[in-house]
Amino acid sequence: MPAESYPEDLKYFKEHDWVRVEGGEATFGITWWAQDALGDMVYASLPDVGAAVSSGQPYGELESVKSVAEIYAPVGGEVVAANDALAADPSLVNADPYGGGWLIRVRLSEPSQLDGLMDAAAYREFLATAGS
Amino acid sequence: MAETPQRAEAAGASPSASPAAVRTIYEKSRPGRRAYSLPHTGVPEAALDELFPGVALRGRPARLPEVAEVDLVRHFTELSGRDYGVETGAYPLGSCTMKYNPKVNERVAALPGLRGLHPYEPEGLVQGALELMDTLSLWLAEIAGLARTTLQPAAGAHGELTGLLLVRAYHEDRGSDPHLVLIPDTAHGTNPASVVMAGYRPATLPSDARGGIDLAAVRAFVADHAGDIACLMLTNPNTLGLFETDIVEVAQLVHEAGGLLYYDGANSNAVLGRSRPGDMGFDIVHFNTHKTFSTPHGGGGPGAGPVVVRDILEPYLPVPVLKKTGAHRYTLDYDRPRSIGKMRSFYGNFGVLVRAYAYIRGLGADGLREVSDAAVLNATYVMAGIGDLFEVPYERPVMHEFVLSAEPLRQHGVRALDLAKRLLDYGVHPPTTYFPLIVKEALMVEPTETESKDDLDALVAAVRAVVGEAHTDPELLRTAPHTMPVGRLDEVAAARNPVLRQRFPGDEPAAVRPA
Amino acid sequence: MRFVPHSEQDVREMLAAVGVGSLDDLFQTIPEEVRFRGRLDLPEPAAEADVVSELAALAGRNRPTDELVSFLGGGIYDTYVPAVVDAVTSRSEFLTSYTPYQAERSQGVLQAIFEYQTAICELTGLDVSNASMYDGATALAEAVILAAGHGKRAGGRIVVSGGVHPEYVQVLTTETRGLLPAPLVLADGGGGLTGTAALRAAVDAQTAAVVISQPSFFGGIEDVAVAAQVAHDAGALLIVVADPLALGTLASPGEEGADIAVGEGQSLGNEQNFGGPGFGFFAARKELTRRLPGRIVGETVDGEGRRGFVLTLQTREQHIRRESATSNICSNHALNALAGLVYLSWLGKEGLPALGLQLARSAAYLRERLLGVPGIEPYTRGPVFREFAVTLPVAAGGVVAALAQRGYLAGLDLGRFRPDLDHVLLLAVSERRTRAEIDAFVEEVKAYLG
Repeated sequence: MPAESYPEDLKYFKEHDWVRVEGGEATFGITWWAQDALGDMVYASLPDVGAAVSSGQPYGELESVKSVAEIYAPVGGEVVAANDALAADPSLVNADPYGGGWLIRVRLSEPSQLDGLMDAAAYREFLATAGS
Repeated sequence: MAETPQRAEAAGASPSASPAAVRTIYEKSRPGRRAYSLPHTGVPEAALDELFPGVALRGRPARLPEVAEVDLVRHFTELSGRDYGVETGAYPLGSCTMKYNPKVNERVAALPGLRGLHPYEPEGLVQGALELMDTLSLWLAEIAGLARTTLQPAAGAHGELTGLLLVRAYHEDRGSDPHLVLIPDTAHGTNPASVVMAGYRPATLPSDARGGIDLAAVRAFVADHAGDIACLMLTNPNTLGLFETDIVEVAQLVHEAGGLLYYDGANSNAVLGRSRPGDMGFDIVHFNTHKTFSTPHGGGGPGAGPVVVRDILEPYLPVPVLKKTGAHRYTLDYDRPRSIGKMRSFYGNFGVLVRAYAYIRGLGADGLREVSDAAVLNATYVMAGIGDLFEVPYERPVMHEFVLSAEPLRQHGVRALDLAKRLLDYGVHPPTTYFPLIVKEALMVEPTETESKDDLDALVAAVRAVVGEAHTDPELLRTAPHTMPVGRLDEVAAARNPVLRQRFPGDEPAAVRPA
Repeated sequence: MRFVPHSEQDVREMLAAVGVGSLDDLFQTIPEEVRFRGRLDLPEPAAEADVVSELAALAGRNRPTDELVSFLGGGIYDTYVPAVVDAVTSRSEFLTSYTPYQAERSQGVLQAIFEYQTAICELTGLDVSNASMYDGATALAEAVILAAGHGKRAGGRIVVSGGVHPEYVQVLTTETRGLLPAPLVLADGGGGLTGTAALRAAVDAQTAAVVISQPSFFGGIEDVAVAAQVAHDAGALLIVVADPLALGTLASPGEEGADIAVGEGQSLGNEQNFGGPGFGFFAARKELTRRLPGRIVGETVDGEGRRGFVLTLQTREQHIRRESATSNICSNHALNALAGLVYLSWLGKEGLPALGLQLARSAAYLRERLLGVPGIEPYTRGPVFREFAVTLPVAAGGVVAALAQRGYLAGLDLGRFRPDLDHVLLLAVSERRTRAEIDAFVEEVKAYLG
């Protein structure tokens, strides 16, 4: 498993999700802290292409052996892609949470919502103080 | 002092069980072998196509085993050798009440006049069965401190759903429409699941610093949601093994708000003859006969979850309702217009209820009270023996079970799970782990009343030995168990690539991957 | 009877060890106002021998079906239970163990469940089975909740054939009341079978699932393939309630296109027990695996590569998901399912179809002889498997009562479910009924009617 890290070029949401913004689209995933808390991933339940996701609302689920967690959309949009590789290998979420373990990509509906997200330093502080 | 079980002679040494590879009964099958015999009837031997013209018949035969009777018996005997029951040794699983299952229960349950009855026989031919059910109903009502019983629910969770549907019927009958059921954060997982199945929303209330439901939180919540509270579900003592000392006030608050109180009877073993849920203010109670009333767990079931209610809820009970029509005369009454309907086919797990009847009959009032006395004494005794090794989340007298936190072992890189697995090597079934959720690295211990002082001392010694090992040789715990038929099993692989049935030659590839 | 091991000496020593003066002191934590001060109003404790004789006396006031010649069915059957079943299920490691949460110490139970799941998949022709449920009725309720619970079909209507056991329909309605709209129950299509036209008319794009029983409650053989087609054309699932003993003879639900198969397993190695416990079986196509209710056992390996079995896919269940669990079910009927597995292993690949053929032959013979009695008309239309209904010229209840006096359980008076059927009698035949018994029974019926 990779060492704990929170890349500087990403934005972060309080439900332990990261966002990579690319023009009018954004990719979502879960942070190192979240995959560590969940444990070995066994299954990802992701929305279909075309589905709408709303800021702060759950859009799917991640299952480990002993727990299930809902995944929350940091910002709203329409799903343009979901990571099919996770069906065959859910462990990507643990091994490469910011790369191969990405979850969905959306076309942003309200780019201004990005302003409400944390940067890496703020997220690290959030982890230190709020804990779970 | 507990003897240290042999550590694996070298890494990778074989465990104590047979080194032969595990084979399923399908893998032991051989074409043409058989065990069955069918009686001779003398009936004309029509052919299949004569009997079923135009009917779609079975194409590929079911690949059931092909074994002789001796193979069959040896197979299951071998399987049982890789198991552990209450009769193997102590089973201090918190919240499960793994007490000794009296053998007399099996003898009476096997009486042909009880187990050979068809539920649709004319009533005149089953009066003994109906009387048994009626008498058991009265006894359970007495133990609960309430009025009327239904024996229909098949399990505790089923009893919960039944109770919540009774709550729903009660409110509907009164023209009110509350949506919420209050549960404490220490609740067993079946509670919120049952709430949702009944069409309600669970509202979780916090526990206070004493480990009881937070009375102030209850008061505030009830005030904020007046009119919207259908029910409050509680276990008492709760899943921490602590008596909910504010229960009378909690009951008053909920009743004043128009709600009902539901008692999850899972922990009844602590208070038999000492405190009755009806007197505490509960309106609906379920009992788990497989916990409190000694019916065997069977590897996961069957159990029974009879429900007892206040008179006011009697009209809503599931059909049929047992009615006494005279001295030793009973009938099953289906004419119940306000009944919630039916929770399972026929009348309930009669075969299980017979065992509960025998137990209560044999013990009587004094015997049941002694059960609670010994259950609480035993738990208190074990707590005194091991409490110093762990973090005690609440400094309060415990009842029939208690919760400790194995968090102090984290510094050695050892978790509650590891402790549990190593206890297996000491011949002891580990306690419940990771429940209730509000205690980190929780260990929930419930010895029950049927453990002798010697067995409790052995349990304490085993726990102390394992905790000692955590300090000196934590790796031993992390790689435990060492003396079981298998080592720690790969649960991740089992969930990622589920193989949920035998793969026969010619079947599709190994992983039955769900889409 | 007493099972607490402690002597007075033990109690004294233990009280001293915990620093408490008396047993009463252990209960100080209970507030005064809720302390029970009396003595529970229960009979005095009894010795084991007295408990046995009292229960024997209660048993003595019942007539088990073996003391009579029984033609009672309707979901519970007096199939012969071979001696091996008791021999296995009475082993204490199976009888007194808990749910196998500590897998390494419960490999026997887990492997048995795995073998049971396999047997159910083989019987039903489907891909995955759970570890069993309480009974056929609650298994059906769970199947309906699965079908209507998620995704496109969420909240959809359930269409239930009029040939499903009335108690199952009642349980389904009761248990789903909090979650789903009331099911649409079709009228009996005539002759104890589902009317295809009515089915087509009732199923639409809002339908989440269609439920059909094979054989029907009245013993008739349904056209499951057509029901599957009607359901699937509308985007609905097909749930089949199956008689397990029929599955060696009739096309399996899987072969006919069912998505889920449920049913009552009592006739597989379990005594009648006045209706319970038996077990509910639940099997489905693999696409539905992650939504299955109940426990499931899977195969895996340990760190040394040794084969083993574990409870798996536990994230569906209440102890993890709590309010978003697929169901609230916690226990399974493990011991009854074990009995079922032992029975199916005893019967074996050859025995199941052989038994089915014997049942069908006996049912056909009984039916032919009964229909030869003046005044008795067929109710169930078409071929039957082991059970069928006939219309009598008099109230069925009278026949049942009279023949009980003569040593027969003549069958089930369907008037107990529907007043318009009070002349209809449902008869089942077990593999033990002989030609002589059937002939004698028919003579008795003839005598009563004559």
